[in-house]
Amino acid sequence: MQRFSAFKLLREGFGGQKGWARQWRSPEPKAAYDAVIIGGGGHGLGAAYYLAKQHGLRNIAVLEKNWIGGGNTGRNTTIIRSNYLFDESAALYDHAVKLWEGLSQALNYNVMFSQRGVLMLAHTVHDVQVFKRHVHANRGSGVDNEWLSPAEAKAYCPPLNITDNMRYPVLGGALQRRGGTARHDAVAWGYARAADALGVDILENCEVTAIRRDARGAVEAVETSRGAIKTTKVGVSAAGNTSHVLDMAGVRLPLESYPLQALVSEPVKPIFPCVVMSNTTHAYISQSDKGELVIGAGTDIYTSYTQRGGLHVDQHTLEAICELFPAFRRLRMLRNWGGIVDVTPDRSPILGKTPVPGLYVNCGWGTGGFKATPGAGHLFAWTMAKDEPHAINAPFTIERFRDGYLIDEAAAAAVAH
Amino acid sequence: MLLIACPYCGERPEVEFAYAGQAHLARPAKAETLSDDDWAAYLYMRSNTKGHHAERWRHLHGCARFFNAVRDTTSDRFIATYKVGETAPGAGEAER
Repeated sequence: MQRFSAFKLLREGFGGQKGWARQWRSPEPKAAYDAVIIGGGGHGLGAAYYLAKQHGLRNIAVLEKNWIGGGNTGRNTTIIRSNYLFDESAALYDHAVKLWEGLSQALNYNVMFSQRGVLMLAHTVHDVQVFKRHVHANRGSGVDNEWLSPAEAKAYCPPLNITDNMRYPVLGGALQRRGGTARHDAVAWGYARAADALGVDILENCEVTAIRRDARGAVEAVETSRGAIKTTKVGVSAAGNTSHVLDMAGVRLPLESYPLQALVSEPVKPIFPCVVMSNTTHAYISQSDKGELVIGAGTDIYTSYTQRGGLHVDQHTLEAICELFPAFRRLRMLRNWGGIVDVTPDRSPILGKTPVPGLYVNCGWGTGGFKATPGAGHLFAWTMAKDEPHAINAPFTIERFRDGYLIDEAAAAAVAH
Repeated sequence: MLLIACPYCGERPEVEFAYAGQAHLARPAKAETLSDDDWAAYLYMRSNTKGHHAERWRHLHGCARFFNAVRDTTSDRFIATYKVGETAPGAGEAER
């Protein structure tokens, strides 16, 4: 692997940028692998990287039906935070934040992780009570989260409107200073490059069409649009398409796939210093380093696989943005798009084994999977390598729905999902 | 925005409707005799079909009545809408 450094950058600058090599190979599929990951997003590529780096597997393939990072990894609004209510969730998401903090150095790839702070606005008495409860719960479990008054929120985010003549006035906010954003494409590319250097085959345009099982029911091969591949370990990390893929192995999941939309404005000079989320009015906003305001809208009400949604959903979000930040009223929107998110009944992910021997699943991240990318990859690799979950992802089983151990962040978020 | 044909009121814009999930899920008659797996399957497991999906809608801001629809989830095109109690057109595929 060609290492990146300031010196290398300087030398290439003087040499006409002609010395850069391809960052990962584009190999032909082999007949057999020790482990196969289905889904070449950040989660799947991360899992392949950690399998190779920490668990000594080298003969690994990542199968991606399109191009890597082209699904939800490239479609989210890049928000990273870990201030979830329940201990299980806070541990899971904070595991990811800790990995984010050293990720650029670990991968020798600048993922542009920026801990600019995530401010979650409260607009009703109920919001205030819920967020203060989150603050106390988080501080008890070692996750930073603090309560800001409206004036303190305005000082942290100057464009914010805190006047009281709004339909949903700002009554305060919960701020996680360690939260922030990262460059989503760089996460996929950084993991791909590092995994490839450890011998992982990244197979793009390779759609899985069947999962073959042997006489005792265990996984023995996958069939793909680029031929059959033998393997005894398959990890599915396919986000919105997880139900479809696991159906090939006869496994049913408590998932429904919905379109979730995002949009960006025309680029402007730096104006927005942090990430602001308003669950009550369904608005999520930050500013990319290119200058675009990155805005997250809500999910559409119906299940779909179309990667697009209704324009009225975006409009609803823009109305909220314009009221919260009047300075943006004359900004034009540049483009919008949708991703397909797989949602569980309790809005917590499933990360673990399936009833089929050799088949593992990482899914159900719903509207918030990007923030978990390094943690999910790391824990999924652990689970696949050892055939048992890590202590952090042990509660996030499929069986929790049978046994009644829900991790009910849906209720905790106090949002009309 | 989708245009949805309510079987009672005709074609109306999507914002008048509420979505109510997979259709034709009957509550088991003797729930107390079910295994935990079967009960969880009824409560939580969904087909999440990629293709023709039978689903419930409610014309909330109209007649307020529930009805069923078959919609292609790869294009969002409605194949049919029909009243509760009627069988799904092409039910073999939709009710997988």
